[in-house]
Amino acid sequence: MTVTPGWYMALAAALFVIGVGGILLRRNALVMFMSVELMLNAVNLTFVAAGRELNAIEGQISVLFVMVVAAAEVVVGLAIIVAVFRRRKTASVDELAGLKG
Amino acid sequence: MTDLLVSAAILLPLSGALVMVFFGKQLGEPWAGYLGTLTVVAAFGGAAIAAADFFTGTGETVVVRWFDWFPAFGVAVELRWDPLSALMTLVVTGVGSLIHLYSIGYMHGDARFGRFFTYLNLFVASMLILVLANNFAVMFVGWELVGLCSYLLISFWFEKETAAAAGKKAFVVNRVGDVGFIVALMLVFSHFGTFSFDEVLEGAGGLAAGTATAIGLLLLVGAAGKSAQLPLYVWLPDAMEGPTPVSALIHAATMVTAGVYLVARAAPIFAASEVAGAVVAIVGAATALFAATIALAQRDIKRVLAYSTISQLGFMFMAVGAAAYVAGVFHLMTHAFFKALLFLGAGSVIHGMHGEQDMTRMGGLARKMPITFATMAIAWLTISGIPPLSGFWSKDEILGSVFERGGLWVVLFGVGLLTAAITAFYMTRMMWLTFFGTPRWADGVHPHESPRVMTFPLLALAALSVVGGLVNTPFRTSLEHFLDPAFELVALAHPPEGSLALTLAGASVLAALIGIALAAVRYRTFRTEEGRTWRIMGRGYYVDDVYAQVFARTGKLGAAWLAFRFDARVIDGAVEGTGGLVRRIGGWMRPLQTGFVRSYGLAIAAGSVAMLAWFLSRGGL
Repeated sequence: MTVTPGWYMALAAALFVIGVGGILLRRNALVMFMSVELMLNAVNLTFVAAGRELNAIEGQISVLFVMVVAAAEVVVGLAIIVAVFRRRKTASVDELAGLKG
Repeated sequence: MTDLLVSAAILLPLSGALVMVFFGKQLGEPWAGYLGTLTVVAAFGGAAIAAADFFTGTGETVVVRWFDWFPAFGVAVELRWDPLSALMTLVVTGVGSLIHLYSIGYMHGDARFGRFFTYLNLFVASMLILVLANNFAVMFVGWELVGLCSYLLISFWFEKETAAAAGKKAFVVNRVGDVGFIVALMLVFSHFGTFSFDEVLEGAGGLAAGTATAIGLLLLVGAAGKSAQLPLYVWLPDAMEGPTPVSALIHAATMVTAGVYLVARAAPIFAASEVAGAVVAIVGAATALFAATIALAQRDIKRVLAYSTISQLGFMFMAVGAAAYVAGVFHLMTHAFFKALLFLGAGSVIHGMHGEQDMTRMGGLARKMPITFATMAIAWLTISGIPPLSGFWSKDEILGSVFERGGLWVVLFGVGLLTAAITAFYMTRMMWLTFFGTPRWADGVHPHESPRVMTFPLLALAALSVVGGLVNTPFRTSLEHFLDPAFELVALAHPPEGSLALTLAGASVLAALIGIALAAVRYRTFRTEEGRTWRIMGRGYYVDDVYAQVFARTGKLGAAWLAFRFDARVIDGAVEGTGGLVRRIGGWMRPLQTGFVRSYGLAIAAGSVAMLAWFLSRGGL
């Protein structure tokens, strides 16, 4: 049984859906954050798989970009979550509804 | 040398004004007055030297180029030194010097002594820019500057509500006339492509009659505003709120004659249009008669003189309208002498009476103020047209020239003759009410003769009023020779010669004598005018009231409608409507912002799925 790109795509789709599910179902900001990372990495997987299949370097380059941006995002996002937690003693996004219209 | 002197004529008073803007208060009384007077006297001296060649008949027109202004339109700041501008410069600086000197005495003790001379010097500089300009654009600059100075000086005592209002009125009415002037300038530029006097006036002969008429009539609108002719004269009587030397210099001798100068300068344009000239003459004659009748019933000594000025300006318009440009400019000059004298004399009376201007509270001043009385008496006979005083010669030349045109012009001659009689009447009335009869002074008023700094200008102007007419008599037409080079492009109208001239002169002298005699009898003993006719004339035929109702009230109603209806409903409505609309749409959208991050996430996910489904249904990305 050979591992074809389709397998990678399927795995990436599964990871992505898990991430989406995490975001939609969990209330803890930290977990939601991890879910976002999961979605990003699912996309990364599609990039490298497609890059290998098509023998193109751009797939890997895109992944590097995504990782850099994700790293930056983690820095900012975690800092916000920590700051919010210190103030509100909670990380539940349902309670952080100050922008409700 | 000439160009230097001509430039200096403007720059001297201008620098005087500049110095006094910054140091007027430090200079204070009387040094600011000395400085102001000195610059104008120096300008007069320079102008007299520069004009010497014209007197000997060897002078050439000199153009002094200062700098390029709008190269794209070919407009440069250039001064023109020809006999006409030279004569105007001499009158402005000459009479201006005397009035500056007089003001030192008249403004004695005023808190804003320095500022007064700043404005006065600025006025002289502006007036010289007006008369020395070599193109319509620069002339317009002077035209507006003298208007500004007039405004500043009318409302010089701005603490007085009436003075502030009079200044505003003068400014606004002048703007109405200026619109005509500006449109005329646009027409001139569109037809000639230049503002230069030389090119425009030489090309004026080739204008279509309709165009020449349009330009001429629009120039007349501007001239009527500045020179207080019907129907734009209403600002001048109110302008008497200003200090009396201002009334003498600006509102009698110089600025108000700018309209006459404009018509004389643009003579070839009026020569190209029979209609424009006739309208100028008719407006002038109508104004002369109209204002003279109002002057009959004024009690304020300055208002008598104001309406008299309007009337005399009407004579000048009648002359220039009839193409008797030399006669018009001649009367401009003699009028500058005797009307400045009348105003300064009135100022001397007001000064001696501690600010009293109502003639019904004067009387018997001849003995208390002998010099003022004697000089005023000369001015009175001069303006009435008694030979051989200057007013007789210039007025007679105007009437003769108008008569000589024949046809319907004889009607204008008749109007002029009637006006001359009325003029003699109201001037006699003024003299009798002021200087003769029993004293009717208010309590605590002790009339006294004015100081020498004020009586000297009176004596000088009286001398000029006596001999000033001799420059252009039927026997010696020196002024005409002098001005000839300035009017070589047009055919001048002349008074008749021989026995007809004698008859006309006799008629005008007779008219003057009848006027004087009637008034002398009527006012032998003091009396006030009662009755409806007098009241109507005293109120100036209610023209001011009609203007207030028709223009001022309509304007105010329109402004109120714009402010309280249009602005409040339409403009504010549009602004608030926009805001309200956004607010309402925002209200509808509010529920979308639940504040639950996960519902946003669901929306993003659903949106992504929907987009994906759409792309896939179209058969791939």
